[in-house]
Amino acid sequence: MRVAIVQSKPRKGDFDANVRDLGAAFAQLAAADEPYDLIVAPEAALTGYFLEGAVYERALEAETLALLLADLWRAAPGSQRKGVDIALGFYENAGGAYYNAALYLHVEGAQHEIVHVHRKMFLPTYGMFDEERFLSRGRRLQAFDTRFGRMAILICEDAWHGIMPTLAAVKGAQVLLVPSASPGRGLAAGSELESVQHWRNVMRSYAIEHGVFVIYAGLAGFEGGKGMTGSSSVIDPFGETLVTAPALGACVLSAEIDVSDVDLARSRLPLLGDLRSVLPDLLFDPDVMPHLTQPGVA
Amino acid sequence: MTLLPIIEAPKLRPPDLTIDTALATEWLVAFLRDELVERRGVRNAVLGLSGGVDSAVVAFLAVRALGAEHVHAIRMPYRTSSPDSLADAQTVIDALGCAAHTIDISGAVDGYLALEPEADARRRGNVMARTRMLVLFDQSAKLAALPVGTGNKTERMMGYFTWHADDSPPVNPIGDLFKTQVWQLARHLGVPLRVIDKPPSADLEANQTDESDLGITYLQADRILSLMLAGRGDEKIVAHGICASDVALVRRRVENTHWKRHLPTTALLTNTAINEFYLRPVDY
Repeated sequence: MRVAIVQSKPRKGDFDANVRDLGAAFAQLAAADEPYDLIVAPEAALTGYFLEGAVYERALEAETLALLLADLWRAAPGSQRKGVDIALGFYENAGGAYYNAALYLHVEGAQHEIVHVHRKMFLPTYGMFDEERFLSRGRRLQAFDTRFGRMAILICEDAWHGIMPTLAAVKGAQVLLVPSASPGRGLAAGSELESVQHWRNVMRSYAIEHGVFVIYAGLAGFEGGKGMTGSSSVIDPFGETLVTAPALGACVLSAEIDVSDVDLARSRLPLLGDLRSVLPDLLFDPDVMPHLTQPGVA
Repeated sequence: MTLLPIIEAPKLRPPDLTIDTALATEWLVAFLRDELVERRGVRNAVLGLSGGVDSAVVAFLAVRALGAEHVHAIRMPYRTSSPDSLADAQTVIDALGCAAHTIDISGAVDGYLALEPEADARRRGNVMARTRMLVLFDQSAKLAALPVGTGNKTERMMGYFTWHADDSPPVNPIGDLFKTQVWQLARHLGVPLRVIDKPPSADLEANQTDESDLGITYLQADRILSLMLAGRGDEKIVAHGICASDVALVRRRVENTHWKRHLPTTALLTNTAINEFYLRPVDY
């Protein structure tokens, strides 16, 4: 599977310009000698991340966005050569409920199909973050089948909770898509910001522990003084970073991945099989889920 | 329209045979101390010093682990062995200041082979290798020392050794290092350059080299083996730009020599069969 990550740098409040930029990136990718199978874009890729109350003006229904993206792809010269899958983070208006979401779309000729919509479950609401003030949280983590294997989407803080990639892997995900918008912070870590290093550490550890590909799409650009740290990456199921982007600036990452490497990685480090058998004991434990415990049952 | 810069992942990651030689040294020195001194209470090591790089590396490691006075390097020439082998081994002995012994195996080998005048080169080579094993174990008894093995991973995987001869010592510090990694370690340890740089040879026949025997260079074999052992199929190995006939050669050698990497096959007859039902770890 040939994957491109569009590390976008949207202009706040100029949705049309951001769509044009994405269209230009699509044109660039569609014209490539070797066609791409999957294009991944960051969290809030077409709007910027910090929208506060403006999120209600910029949120779209999933189908509206799917149509927009499909048309944008079809408008790119060369895009008709073969079908493409597109995963992109956006603010979703689902009948008046608003989510930080990501869409996984398949476009084939004149047809398109929404394969999955993930709604961010962990909404950061501390310090500079205020997501839960404006948004509802997703209620379910699902893995979903694609043409290239089973995947799951974790949006930004979703992926900072180890149980999310863990459950995604238990649900069969072979590829984790992680659209993100991470304001950079921490100057003590050396050549990279501490927050970037933390991302690299956790993603690599998930890839190794569960034998999954991690495709991380980081938003770039400054938003009111907060610098989004790009650093998009593709990590293979052995924990090797195949390609990574700088923190600053828009770019495209390109990588060829073989999803069957997941099988190989899991045969060498079969932790996921062990986890599947132990996980119920860990979860159905009164200390972990007291509300599931019947009164009087130890 | 401004084009975005495209950062392309490498199509293929070539097998990386590079090792951290300082770390490997620290680990292997600790291994030798643990196996000989702590586990077995043996302070001395005995090893066959051929003049090649593998045994030189093991000698250097053993001296670091046990001290030069506790390492006995045994040279075991046969009458057709290259004089260069003896001289190269001497440079290692001189560099280390370890105890050195030279025991000519010609009498023992020829004594037996006189009864088998039709023996071909392969049989003769095996007799020499097994005679050296016999000498090494007897010297270990004489010197209150443990034999230390010197076989590398490449020759073990390719089955390029005499069964129950080269592979017989109870401990081997370099058996999980490919030949190209042994070369790296040799440079780090300060093995004399003439030993590192000469063409590897079993020196069982005149002008013999390992790479001509094997039909492939060690570098190429190690690249293939490292991909193969990582679970890569032949098609993927060939995709690394490695020629298919080399891959087939290595695959064939590996597939035909599994037995050489095992103890003898014992018929299982009871539910107390050793190593099947009766199971105890080697260091129990």
